[in-house]
Amino acid sequence: MALVDFIKRFEPDKKNKYAHTTYDAFFTFLFTPNTVTKGGVHMRDGMDLKRTMIHVVLAMQLCYLFGTYNIGHQHFVAAGEHLGFLEGFHLKLAHGLIQLLPIFIVTHLVGLGIEFIFAAKKGHAVEEGFLVSGALIPLIMPPDIPLWILGVSVAFAVIIGKEAFGGTGMNIWNIALLARVFVFFAYPTTIAGDEVWVSGFESLAPGAAASYGWAHDIFNGLFGWMDLATFNSAATVVDGYSGATPLGLAYNGGWSAVTEQFSVAQMFWGTIPGSIGETSKPLVIIGALILLATGIASWRIMLSMLIGAVTMSIILNAWGATPFMEVPWMYQFYMGSFFFAMAFMATDPVTASSTNTGKWIYGFLIGFIGMIVRVLNPAYPEGWMLAILFLNTFAPLIDHYVLESNIKKRLARA
Amino acid sequence: MKHISIRIFALLSILLLSTDIYCQSSGGSSNYLIWSLVAVGFIILIGAIISLSDNLLNVEASKQGLDTSDGDYGVFPSISNLFVGKVPTFASKKTYHKLSKGFTINLLGEATDVDHQRSVQRFAISPKDFIEMSPIPKVEVEVGQEVKAGDVIFFDKKRPEIKYVSPVSGEVIEINRAEKRSIDTIVILADKDNAYTQHEVPSINESSREDLVTYLAASGGWTMINQRPFDIVPALDGVPTNVFISTFDSAPLAPNYEAIAAENKLAIQNAINTLNRLTEGKVYLGLDAKADDAANSVFNSFENAEIHWFDGKHPYGNVGVQIHHIAPIANGTNVWTLSVNDLITLGHLMTSGEYRTERHVVLAGAGMKSNAIVKTYQGAHIGDLTKGLIKENSRVISGNVLTGKQVTEDNFLRFRDNQITAITEGDSYELFGWLLPLAPRPSLSRTFPSFLMPNFQFEGETNMHGEGRAFVVTGQYESVLPMDIYPQHLMKAIMAGDFERMEGLGINELSEEDLALCEFVCTSKQPLQSILREGLEMMREQL
Repeated sequence: MALVDFIKRFEPDKKNKYAHTTYDAFFTFLFTPNTVTKGGVHMRDGMDLKRTMIHVVLAMQLCYLFGTYNIGHQHFVAAGEHLGFLEGFHLKLAHGLIQLLPIFIVTHLVGLGIEFIFAAKKGHAVEEGFLVSGALIPLIMPPDIPLWILGVSVAFAVIIGKEAFGGTGMNIWNIALLARVFVFFAYPTTIAGDEVWVSGFESLAPGAAASYGWAHDIFNGLFGWMDLATFNSAATVVDGYSGATPLGLAYNGGWSAVTEQFSVAQMFWGTIPGSIGETSKPLVIIGALILLATGIASWRIMLSMLIGAVTMSIILNAWGATPFMEVPWMYQFYMGSFFFAMAFMATDPVTASSTNTGKWIYGFLIGFIGMIVRVLNPAYPEGWMLAILFLNTFAPLIDHYVLESNIKKRLARA
Repeated sequence: MKHISIRIFALLSILLLSTDIYCQSSGGSSNYLIWSLVAVGFIILIGAIISLSDNLLNVEASKQGLDTSDGDYGVFPSISNLFVGKVPTFASKKTYHKLSKGFTINLLGEATDVDHQRSVQRFAISPKDFIEMSPIPKVEVEVGQEVKAGDVIFFDKKRPEIKYVSPVSGEVIEINRAEKRSIDTIVILADKDNAYTQHEVPSINESSREDLVTYLAASGGWTMINQRPFDIVPALDGVPTNVFISTFDSAPLAPNYEAIAAENKLAIQNAINTLNRLTEGKVYLGLDAKADDAANSVFNSFENAEIHWFDGKHPYGNVGVQIHHIAPIANGTNVWTLSVNDLITLGHLMTSGEYRTERHVVLAGAGMKSNAIVKTYQGAHIGDLTKGLIKENSRVISGNVLTGKQVTEDNFLRFRDNQITAITEGDSYELFGWLLPLAPRPSLSRTFPSFLMPNFQFEGETNMHGEGRAFVVTGQYESVLPMDIYPQHLMKAIMAGDFERMEGLGINELSEEDLALCEFVCTSKQPLQSILREGLEMMREQL
């Protein structure tokens, strides 16, 4: 193939480790190598790690699309402009892109950069793990996150969470969640409260002015020329706007407080404040179905996590000590990011239990504990991040006992 | 029943704690909690009573001397019994095994017709086909010497009683040596008509076990026996718990043994009778329940062997899988396995006293211009067999694509092989081959459209389809291995050299062919078969 030869001309010297690793990563991205089987089986399945990972990334593309729109939508809801779904659609997308692209780029520059450096240092090929982590991190960040915090958290997650343990396949905790939990615990003052969920304002106090930058000006020029609505730099936060998420409301006032601000349909379709990619339930569920249909994610984990969460919410309903506990169990699923955590976070094969029996236990406990954290933890009204990281820690222990029982069964034969 | 008391204790403590919670919580609206906990407690109590009576019934049944292992006695029907599929009329519930896990690789190039024109002149026997063999065995023949089929060619100096004999009669024309002067192959130019060394056959039923063993060791019959674990020729003083014979091969393009078995019915029956004398347990035959006209299979007609039926996908024909479902190997014990060909050779030694190694070799795969079955003998020359058949840029494999060994036209069939497969070498780059493959390729993954066409036949090629990675995906191996074994954890135990764990996780039940399919589907392209062999060798050194 002529293209191969053309690209091979640019192959740097193997002594230049960094250049060669980088070249190799891009080359194997373009072409499947011509290596053939040697010893062992003579034929190999067409599946490899690149293909596995890319299917996870594909499954979350709808979340990206909607996330971009919703960043803009929440901005304009706070400003009291363009309240309809399609009103000011172009502005919402533009504002969403202006917020999301830097987050996406910083995540990948930092994460992939570290990955490339480590691959070159250790002398192995660049592994695909960060393809998924890098696609997940922007989706679970608040839209208004400061970029430097994002960069630091990604660096922490990749270096301490992954490379310290030996790279892709060796990490104990989910990389994307580790980045998120780092933001959460390291910068509580910046990240706490309701303000981070809506972007594009100096603050969320009523009357605060919108802060638009040069990128908005460029879009304004474009939209003005096309005779469309433009960003109104005189916009301010409308009176009585809080920016609170449904979970924040439910914690203080129960289901009635939630429904005062958001309709069930809004929460279902996802036009509510929240992390970038997790708000729209149907689109996340479509992603989950893609993962299930292709067999990439474990249905055992998803199903058992759902069962666990339902069980705990029913128990909490029965307990009913606080308004949040009294939220009917089905309504718990309208709020928060349960489905996103179920589809994309809990099913990470590296950090989940690796035995099938273990997966049932692991998923169930995530659902069970996550719901406890969501409802009972006074500091943070969502539980999946902490529950999944907690169970990541215990997954090897679960596997250990599953394996021990297998070993015992075998020893009993002798 | 210690764990039951713990459970009851836990239940009571939950109930007691709940009253605390009840006191703390405000108002009477949470009566639900108490009532639901009481209900749960009640259900658990009833469950405990039922489970107790179930156990008592089982105890009673075993006191009466009944076999309770199937869970046929008790209050509960066993769940697996409720959902068991329909058992075919020719099998009984105990001898029918439906395996749901596995994966069949459909390849083009099945051989169906016998080619009578092809003749093979050269045959060889190679010490390297035996894992436990010393590198330099004692060779008993010289170049130029005439031998008969069944004459001793070499033996291992560590076990001089076990003779390795000539598959055909003719003239020894080469003794090839490999690195460090180890013996590679001993090549025999075959006569037109095979002449056999005549042995005096001991009576199967009346001679002592030692006499039978001595006879088999001296006549070459012992080398037909394969010992699990480790896949070695067993020691002469070894007594197997059971003997297992899989009568069909489910690997891609594998040969069918019905025809050759029909020609050698008497030999097979004698071999089964002999093996019955040699084992303390039983001789088991594993039959394919999926075959056309399975009930009338030749193998269904033998006596003194327990017949078990298997239904499913590859590797359901692997003897290791069948052992696991019939009577699993306990650690510290061993079993013997024989292929149908080995059984026939052993049987002839016990019938006519001749070492007969007829093989129906299949020439299969899309890498050949045409496919055929050739009737020849053990250790046939690859070049003679495949003359003019191999397409350009094809890989020739002695055996099947999963467990075979890459060979050239100058090599010979391995000792136990009766299949040659040729497939295209996949040594080309493919633009975005990982994302949008041009040619259809077999895959377990449902990200390829081929899972919608289960009967599609692939050409097959040898590209790796990706680069080696650490273990990432889980549950993949388990889904193609119909055994209660965790291959990924076993592999990690082997890599860590943890003997106890290797043994506990079932390394002794596995052989390379059982893990071959796991290696095929592996997303991380790990070399599972060679890791397993490493582990098996470590275990063998411990003995």
